[in-house]
Amino acid sequence: MPTEIQEIRNPKSGIRRDLFTTLLFLLPNLLGFLAFTVGPVLASLLLSFTVWDLLTWPPKFCGFDNFVELLGFRRGSAGWEANDPRFWQYMWNTVFYMFFIPVSMGLSLGMALLFNRKLPGVVAFRTLYFLPTICSAVSMAVLWKWLYNADFGLINFLLAKIGIQGPEWLDSVAWAKPAIAIMGLWAGLGGFNTILYLAALQDVSRDLQDAASIDGANAWQRFLYVTWPSISPTTFFVFIMSVIGGFQGGFLQAFMMTGGGPAGATTTIDYYIYNKAYAWLKMGSASAIAWVLFIVVFVVTLINWRFGEEKVEYV
Amino acid sequence: MISAVSRKTWGAASWYLVLILGAISMVIPLFWMASTSLKETGAVFEYPPKWLPVPAVWHNYVEAWKAVPFGMFYINSIVIAVAQTFGVLLTSSMAAFAFARLHFPGRNKLFVLYLGTLMIPSAVTMIPTFVLMRWLGWINTYEALIIPGIFTAYGTFLLRQFFLGVPTDLEDAARIDGCNKLGIYWNIILPLAKPAMATLGVFTFIGSWNNFMWPLIMANDLEMMTLPIGLAAFQNTYRTDWNLLMAASVMVMIPSILVFLFGQRYFVEGIKLGGIKG
Repeated sequence: MPTEIQEIRNPKSGIRRDLFTTLLFLLPNLLGFLAFTVGPVLASLLLSFTVWDLLTWPPKFCGFDNFVELLGFRRGSAGWEANDPRFWQYMWNTVFYMFFIPVSMGLSLGMALLFNRKLPGVVAFRTLYFLPTICSAVSMAVLWKWLYNADFGLINFLLAKIGIQGPEWLDSVAWAKPAIAIMGLWAGLGGFNTILYLAALQDVSRDLQDAASIDGANAWQRFLYVTWPSISPTTFFVFIMSVIGGFQGGFLQAFMMTGGGPAGATTTIDYYIYNKAYAWLKMGSASAIAWVLFIVVFVVTLINWRFGEEKVEYV
Repeated sequence: MISAVSRKTWGAASWYLVLILGAISMVIPLFWMASTSLKETGAVFEYPPKWLPVPAVWHNYVEAWKAVPFGMFYINSIVIAVAQTFGVLLTSSMAAFAFARLHFPGRNKLFVLYLGTLMIPSAVTMIPTFVLMRWLGWINTYEALIIPGIFTAYGTFLLRQFFLGVPTDLEDAARIDGCNKLGIYWNIILPLAKPAMATLGVFTFIGSWNNFMWPLIMANDLEMMTLPIGLAAFQNTYRTDWNLLMAASVMVMIPSILVFLFGQRYFVEGIKLGGIKG
């Protein structure tokens, strides 16, 4: 009780001590947060209006040049053409991978439904399916590069056995992106999203299911009218996070498996930013791309939020 | 009655069939990795390929180990992952305690700012942070590899959600007994938050262990590289030595698998916690 009494006698010193305690708890994290998140975000915005090669100081202010160079169009010999056609190609590559998000989510939900049946030995399967998630992604990339090898790879060997002449996979403009997407589906089969769905399925009300059965609903109808609405918050969360992650995806695969090729077919925005900054030392231009990416992620997430929230049923 | 039972049996059998088919697609690539890692150089490029490495060349592992400083990669990865895990647990839990239990002006606004930064692509902060590290002379040091990673908004968010769910009765009792805020944090909240702390710890460890882009930028000396970056460097030199590449990949994978098998429970619980509260 002595502290209470003291506070009553001298409220000012009590408040000051409270503030001191608060700062003690907050400052370690807050200072780091300011130094390595808030500060860099603002610095990056400033840098995006400059030309800077890292070696000469200070960066040269250039107004909106980086953004015009990145997003603008000019009249060329054959009509309008982009100032930076690569940016649009790489944005398309990034979006291409994201088209697989619904497929991946469907597979995750399917796996979760399987795991949820409480068959004997199912935990062992769950562990097995989770292995690619836990193994270092770099190892997985090296492994799949070998599996996709056109001449000696396991995949083309197995395809040949059933009479299919496999493509050149990572060396082919047409197949490199699908190949990397397939690897992603494989790795995600029993991953984080599956476990999220499994958790959601375990919370689906047994009573509702039974009531639906008594009313004569078959398994598909039970899924459609009871399970699917009940797990909609999870679907919403997984989708939003996958989209945010998807816009930043493909770096490791490009770096380890393809070098972004062939002909830029597997270069994503993140890999483009990395190359701009560290291969070509265009810090200002790289920062501009990063900010464009940020704005795209922000707007798309807001749209998802706006339209998704209506469809989610919180039970 | 009989038909109902047999329908159930067939149902279970078909579920197993799907599970097993999926499991085969998981096992074959990993088996192929192990098999290739033990093959002679000539056997790697045999067509049709053989499933089993005969003879098994264990020396591949020795050769891969000696080709680059793998021992240093292990040490670096362990030092960085352990330091970051402790750093994140300490700073996140302290800030989370402030957000969940202390009253100060602007608390909610600051928390919304924390939350808002979760959406920022890491590419945005990467370049200025790199410049800052360069200016501090921290390139190729543990400081650069560890320190920027220990102040996470995500960890603060996760733990705050958990702390909010801890009933305040115990704290009230402790306060009446003369316990100050520091005592409440250390003696009451932290012990109660063990599951959440373990979860955040396992996540941070694995995240740090597998982190790629940041150590790639920060570590140019072989001696400072972590396992994933070391493997990337290894691949640069041994582009077509698939047996050595597979041996190196297996060596990079094994620690993650071990950590996972020991911490599996926290993983599953943690993913649920992070997802539902998110």
